Amino acid sequence: MTDLSTRSPASGASAKIALFGVLGAIGLVALGVAIYVLWWLFTQTDWFLNVVIYAIEAVVLLVCLLVIIAFLLLADRKIWAAVQLRRGPNVVGPFGLFQSFADLLKFVFKEPIIPAGANKGVFLLAPLVTCMLALSAWAVIPVAWGWVISDINVGILYVFAISSLGVYGVIMGGWASNSKYPFLSALRAAAQMVSYEVSIGFVIITALLCVGSLNLTDIVLFQEKYGLATTLGVPWLTFLNWFWLPLLPMLVIFFVSALAETNRPPFDLSEAESELVAGFMVEYSSTPYLLFMLGEYVAIVTMCSLTTILFFGGWSSPLGFAPFIWVPGVIWFLLKVCFVFFMFAMVKAFVPRYRYDQLMRLGWKVFLPISLGYVAIVAFVLQVTGWGGLN
Amino acid sequence: MAALFFYLFSAVLIASAFMVVASRNPVHSVLYLILAFVNAAGLFVLLGAEFLAMILVVVYVGAVAVLFLFVTMMLDVDFAELRQGFQQYLPFGALIALVFAAELIVVVGAWAIDPSVLKVVQGGSTAIPSDVSNTQAIGRLLYTKYIYFFQAAGLVLLVAMIGAIVLTLRERSGVKRQNVAQQVARTKATAMEVKKAPFRAGV
Repeated sequence: MTDLSTRSPASGASAKIALFGVLGAIGLVALGVAIYVLWWLFTQTDWFLNVVIYAIEAVVLLVCLLVIIAFLLLADRKIWAAVQLRRGPNVVGPFGLFQSFADLLKFVFKEPIIPAGANKGVFLLAPLVTCMLALSAWAVIPVAWGWVISDINVGILYVFAISSLGVYGVIMGGWASNSKYPFLSALRAAAQMVSYEVSIGFVIITALLCVGSLNLTDIVLFQEKYGLATTLGVPWLTFLNWFWLPLLPMLVIFFVSALAETNRPPFDLSEAESELVAGFMVEYSSTPYLLFMLGEYVAIVTMCSLTTILFFGGWSSPLGFAPFIWVPGVIWFLLKVCFVFFMFAMVKAFVPRYRYDQLMRLGWKVFLPISLGYVAIVAFVLQVTGWGGLN
Repeated sequence: MAALFFYLFSAVLIASAFMVVASRNPVHSVLYLILAFVNAAGLFVLLGAEFLAMILVVVYVGAVAVLFLFVTMMLDVDFAELRQGFQQYLPFGALIALVFAAELIVVVGAWAIDPSVLKVVQGGSTAIPSDVSNTQAIGRLLYTKYIYFFQAAGLVLLVAMIGAIVLTLRERSGVKRQNVAQQVARTKATAMEVKKAPFRAGV
């Protein structure tokens, strides 16, 4: 007992046990208080239950979305490979099905490198902003009748606003890297995204002129009930009701603008990997880079679902009779989104990259006049004939 | 709940507005300005003016602030030098702040004493039924009662835009431009020329 060398480890161990005991007691008390507070919130307030329900809905939606995106990413690479007569990813899991998850793990386990001269806060904020904004657009997107987290009045405007904020992730990332190449690339990308937003806005305006509502659910319901097929007396040909037929030029403009807005090929000048390595993301590595890529793919799927809602009747089935209307709306929605995504992937595979001045010319001198003219024509037709409007 | 979010948005709004002025890095200032805009949009939503909130985000955050950010990032502003004149401009700035505060007090005070003073859109043929959404209400008011003001504002903006273009457009000689219509209109007859080349002489 008197020997110090034998005493100190023993007392250290007992001190440790005492420490754990105290911590455990504090933990138990905290747990008790937390349970009591939760019980009180559940029983005494009426808003807490709603908050919990919304939180659960949001988590379920995001998990489904991210899993679907993991497989869409794989599909993207497989389609691209098939066009080029390659196999694509085929090693991880059966047919390479787990490739995206392997990539995720690879990114997560690597070291995030922050350049010494970077503006640290903004550098780390940029990928977070990109990813969070892309995900938050999904709060208003209805994947089936009533399956929407927040059915707000100005849904389409909200999605438009959120997608117009996506440019901040790019600018902040390019600037905070404190390097010439990301900065120049970020400026190019930002100018491109801002330019194509204008024509996207006009396309959205034509669609909402026809519907007379900014609510995304209303837009789908209108396409289900009214339109060409209903006018012709064959309401069961629902796919003729959808806006893709009367607004066909706008569909083309929207699709191409969506490609440019999400920096997809052939408009991926901001990250043209054969010329610029990765554009504004050059200095990024591991998880921040993953967040950028994730945000980009979420934005792509958002644009696909927006195309589906605006032009392909959302969750409504293409034919209004027996076996087709039994299929749940969410399946139709998913199929349509996959179809639009397939078009995105095919464009990536076989369209050569635009030059920057050609890209700007297309946005400002071709799409802007055409979409502006179409807004005027649609407004004129609606005013003269009295078509459109949910009421 | 609404009160909680009101205080949250207001606190963040005021804090970020303060940081716009206080932060040393101009880019950080613009980022705080964006945060302030977003919080103002949140306050609009709480007021039930969701259309205005979304337009605020689309126009100010999505377009105007992007230009601010562009400019502040590309200009190499020496802020130490700019702050030299701070003492000199202080009285002038204080005067503007005072006038602004006085106007705010007059407006809010008048509203607090008699709310009917500020209600200019009430009554008449343009009274808005309560069942329409505020997007429709704004549209009806803007395109009926205020149509001339609306058109005049549009014309002013158009003139400003054309003026900006005229001021900055430079026609430089010797620049090769791509004429897409000309390229597309090219045919075999205009693009190709078959020449008979004599042996050992060339064209």
